[in-house]
Amino acid sequence: MAAVDDLQFEEFGDVATSLAANPDATTINIEGPGETPKRLGPPRGSGREEDDELLGNDDSDKTELLAGQKKSSPFWTFEYYQTFFDVDTYQVFDRIKGSLLPIPGKNFVRLYIRSNPDLYGPFWICATLVFAIAISGNLSNFLIHLGEKTYHYVPEFRKVSIAATIIYAYAWLVPFALWGFLLWRNSKVMNIVSYSFLEIVCVYGYSLFIYIPTAILWIIPQKAVRWILVMMALGISGSVLAMTFWPAVREDNRRVALATIVTIVLLHTLLSVGCLAYFFDAPEVDHLPTTAVVPNQTVVAAKSS
Amino acid sequence: MPGEETQPRSRDPGSDLRIGLECGRVNLSGGPRGPEEANEESGTSPQHPVPGPFGDAAVARRRADELRLPRLRFRKGLWERPGSRRAKMAEAAESPGEPGTTSPRPLFAGLSDISISQDIPVEGEITIPMRSRIREFDSSTLNESVQNTIMRDLKAVGKKFMHVLYPRKSNTLLRDWDLWGPLVLCVTLALMLQRGSADSENDGGPQFAEVFVIIWFGAVTITLNSKLLGGNISFFQSLCVLGYCILPLTVALLVCRLVLLAKPGPINFIVRLFVVIMMFAWSIVASTAFLADSQPPNRKALAVYPVFLFYFVISWMILTFTP
Repeated sequence: MAAVDDLQFEEFGDVATSLAANPDATTINIEGPGETPKRLGPPRGSGREEDDELLGNDDSDKTELLAGQKKSSPFWTFEYYQTFFDVDTYQVFDRIKGSLLPIPGKNFVRLYIRSNPDLYGPFWICATLVFAIAISGNLSNFLIHLGEKTYHYVPEFRKVSIAATIIYAYAWLVPFALWGFLLWRNSKVMNIVSYSFLEIVCVYGYSLFIYIPTAILWIIPQKAVRWILVMMALGISGSVLAMTFWPAVREDNRRVALATIVTIVLLHTLLSVGCLAYFFDAPEVDHLPTTAVVPNQTVVAAKSS
Repeated sequence: MPGEETQPRSRDPGSDLRIGLECGRVNLSGGPRGPEEANEESGTSPQHPVPGPFGDAAVARRRADELRLPRLRFRKGLWERPGSRRAKMAEAAESPGEPGTTSPRPLFAGLSDISISQDIPVEGEITIPMRSRIREFDSSTLNESVQNTIMRDLKAVGKKFMHVLYPRKSNTLLRDWDLWGPLVLCVTLALMLQRGSADSENDGGPQFAEVFVIIWFGAVTITLNSKLLGGNISFFQSLCVLGYCILPLTVALLVCRLVLLAKPGPINFIVRLFVVIMMFAWSIVASTAFLADSQPPNRKALAVYPVFLFYFVISWMILTFTP
């Protein structure tokens, strides 16, 4: 009977009161989203509200249960890998939307991933980004050098492989390093929040989505436009990453926590600026066609006459 | 007995669509003696005589030899009741198939359609029939001329090309899959898209190997993706569809090649752009017509997007091709 009662979903009035009544119990709040502001009322430190949020929204209970039952196949079976692709179309769109609109205080992992990390998003977003960067770079170089007589268009196919190496290395090695680092810090300092490796890969993969439209807009051969785009993209995806990882390092030594966040953002900056510099030629060259064409035309006119 | 065994096959014009448990057919008239004949035919145990109802395995072996029984295959519809089986045979006879000849048997194609009825014993072992062995034992194709054999395969490939050019929701591409068409198309594309060895620049068009790898590994990745998302299409069926649907883009490449012989200029480029966009859309429509049904309904977009990306990359390579 006690077991049956435990399985009934009861309404808990307030986390504080139920904690007072039964201090040893794990409480999970299952109130609807409309009641969230009420929940953030009385005794809350600045850290507690994030923890409650991190404990999840309405069906976090179910997902925690399901997460335990999900990955039960051994890793050499096909079904094991199918669990990483267990997402529907609307879920992928939701996650992409979450990466584009970082709301302060909302954790991307807890809000959207919720113990269901997928590999579909990271893999195909990276593949799209690779081709977007390579194709846009090629197009932009073509448009920049369009008027020049000495310019012979080449598809620059080698850059596709370089782009692929860079982006996939970033999307997999940096999460791996970060995960190892967080694991190491967790052994020293007890953190409330810890992420699994796949969740970190997921966050990084979805945070790269903003660079796809940015890469396409980088075709515009104006330096100012390009740098504004870099700032915007960096701001959005950097804030998604920072807000995701701040709770994970918050409990730690202040300087270590700050250094971690700064490193994450710095690496992100390096990626975007590096891609811009390598794949897209500097657009100052577009002064030259107007000055180079004119003397050529006069020379041609002189020769033909 | 032999006549009884060969006659039904020549009676079925649509026999290319059904693969049958030949041993089972003989058994229906001759009593249950599946096991040792199945063992004999598999070729794995000629030295291990299996005691059967006849008691003498050597006798059974000799009978198997003189019957020239084919390898075990699974015939779709064989295991159903005779009435419905005849109806299905009649229906299959009308479906597209070469009359009087058998085309290459698909692997596992009919397996999903088997329903086993109670009155026919399920015997024999499941072995993968190699196509040459089928022809060996299949006396209707053994004595045909080489031209017939080659033309049959060519016609199958050509039929699939027609299905791609006029995409309808038909199952032919999926049922009788083969990889000849994709191979031919991929090699053609790679040969035409590669930059010449005389090109000294590092940055140029793709090499042969790059195009080849992009096409095949792209197709494999898309297939793995659709299977991981829960699609119920087989690996090679999906490869077959994706490969055959490159045909419009190959046609676009040929057209672009011809257009590039004319004077270069913006009109040249616009014509090529238009042709490539049309063929790209055609490829997408053709492959989606075949592949979309095999996906779970709430993940269709997730499975179709990589196909879009794949053909987009190939179109880009074709559009930026400069000889």
